[in-house]
Amino acid sequence: MLQAHGLACDRGDRRLFSGVDFAVPAGEWLQVEGPNGAGKTSLLRIVAGLAAAAEGHLEWEGQAVAEARDAFNARLLYLGHAPAIKDDLSALENLQIAAAVAGRPLDESTALAALRRIGLGGREDLPSRVLSQGQKRRVALARLLCSQARLWILDEPFVALDVAAVDQLCTILDEHLARGGLLLFTSHQAVHLAGSGGSLRLGR
Amino acid sequence: MNAFVAIVRRDLLLAARRKSEVLTALFFFMIVVSLFPLGIGPETAMLRRIAPGVLWVAALLAAMLSLNRLFATDHQDGTLEQMALSPTPLAVLVSGKVLAHWLTSGLPLVLLAPVLGLQFDLSARALGVLMISLLLGTPILSLIGAIGAALTLGVRGGGVLLSLLVLPLYIPALIFGAGAVEADVAGLGAGGHLSLLGALLALGVFFAPWAATAALRIALD
Amino acid sequence: MINWFKFASPASFYPLAGKLWPWFAALATAFCAAGLWISFFVAPTDFQQGEGYRIIFIHVPASWMSMFIYCVMAFWAAIGITFNTRLSGMMSAALAPTGALFAFLSLWTGALWGKPMWGAWWVWDARLTSELILFFLYLGYIALTSAIDDPRRADKAGAIVALVGVVNVPIIYFSVKWWNTLHQGASVSLTKAPSMATTMLWGMLLMALAFWMYSIAMSLYRVRAIILEREHHAGWVAELPEMQR
Repeated sequence: MLQAHGLACDRGDRRLFSGVDFAVPAGEWLQVEGPNGAGKTSLLRIVAGLAAAAEGHLEWEGQAVAEARDAFNARLLYLGHAPAIKDDLSALENLQIAAAVAGRPLDESTALAALRRIGLGGREDLPSRVLSQGQKRRVALARLLCSQARLWILDEPFVALDVAAVDQLCTILDEHLARGGLLLFTSHQAVHLAGSGGSLRLGR
Repeated sequence: MNAFVAIVRRDLLLAARRKSEVLTALFFFMIVVSLFPLGIGPETAMLRRIAPGVLWVAALLAAMLSLNRLFATDHQDGTLEQMALSPTPLAVLVSGKVLAHWLTSGLPLVLLAPVLGLQFDLSARALGVLMISLLLGTPILSLIGAIGAALTLGVRGGGVLLSLLVLPLYIPALIFGAGAVEADVAGLGAGGHLSLLGALLALGVFFAPWAATAALRIALD
Repeated sequence: MINWFKFASPASFYPLAGKLWPWFAALATAFCAAGLWISFFVAPTDFQQGEGYRIIFIHVPASWMSMFIYCVMAFWAAIGITFNTRLSGMMSAALAPTGALFAFLSLWTGALWGKPMWGAWWVWDARLTSELILFFLYLGYIALTSAIDDPRRADKAGAIVALVGVVNVPIIYFSVKWWNTLHQGASVSLTKAPSMATTMLWGMLLMALAFWMYSIAMSLYRVRAIILEREHHAGWVAELPEMQR
């Protein structure tokens, strides 16, 4: 259970949003919607702990997140706008290093299986420089397949993906929710996910 | 600890794939050092006197070259966010990056310095002291530099600003480092200088990752 | 017991600073007049250094002030980091130009003093060199904080620079001193005027007080400008009498 109480965010001297409350129970999703500049990314970054909220606080399993940041981080997977892919490393290296930094090292066979499932079979050892935008996105999404994090925070996960990849990502998200995972994401398009969830609208 | 090793390995791997960046700094070091005899004249007594200072100043400047990119690429491609969200404290991962930076930009200078010292007619003993002083001093440059690199992350004109912030803080390392070699050449013994350099290094290892982490959090916010 | 935290809010500090700064400015003028009178007309001519020594009445207090202001900046930085108050960052930013000015003044008067005494505009004396590095530290702080657009971010980054700097200042001073003795630099020091007469001490103290008052007045005046600049959206700024025109 992830709960937010009265979150507010300032950018410069402008208040982007205030009084944002929500609760995401286990196995459910929350889609953050709103026009450009409404503060969707800022909200996700605040929940992930990358940015500080001007007001309000977060609770994870009934405990204030600010008091147990490292434990919260261990249960969290965040994918931002930038895919966190190093151009000079191969897809396999990128995936393995990202997993090690996130505290859950992967062995090579698991990582290879994930890359194959996400549709990068045969390209595991190419430097990411030669991959297309959508393929780089897929490398980042392969992290979802290997992740054991309970809470996924995804910023525009469907951007730059083709139809087949969108379907595949939906399947991956459904599996995560079915395992009792939580999902917080932004998207400009309507997304059909199994299970229950809601949406949060920012900006009037 | 795993994440620390992963960061060091990743940065070394990246440096190995982009050898030109490491080599550029190294060539810069060589060229700057070689310019001094050309500007001052080849008189050996004079060269022996200026050698410690010249080698150390050139090492400062060469170490500065790669500082710009220490966090900038990680910031751009989103890796820094992932590091900040790791269950391993960010300060530990920053230490890993500093260690990798030293291995790729400081250690080569240490290894190359004696060869360049020969151009200045330094004795074998002085060359040894020079190497030890650089071995103790170049990690200080990486550590202090990391604070500056983190502070100027995403700031207009970051490169020039970085040198303005960092170079004054390098002065103690320069004084004790070059002083050690000078003292040895003068027959005074370099022990005092080297232990002070070691003390600075201990202080830096303790303090700098913490300050750099605080600065990175500001840049991420 | 005064509630200090009340004045930590820019809205209540702004009018307080407005009331205080003219008093400090007046005190600065008075002390400066008295100090200059003593240093030019009362203090005796030094038998070794002649009339030229009188520049130390400016030089020494300026050096003290430049070092002290850096420590005050670091103090505000520490407060800002611990309590996350907006005003402390503004105070640091307001103090920096004054500190840089005193560092520059100290270098300039040092050079003016050095020419007749040492026969050179610049000598690598340990104190002068440290002062030069301190000047660089001020410049670094000012350059960094003015290069960052978001004022809150600029304050936080500036706070780290000030704290890192204040840890380094003693190390730098010590290392420069060590370097100086190794190289047997100038042996005459500006402050080691042989057996300082009491009138000279008085002059110097009065000038130091004048510089204190000037720094307080200037930083209060400047912090008012910074508050207005940053809070111009806030309701209380629009209600100020000076905004009613």
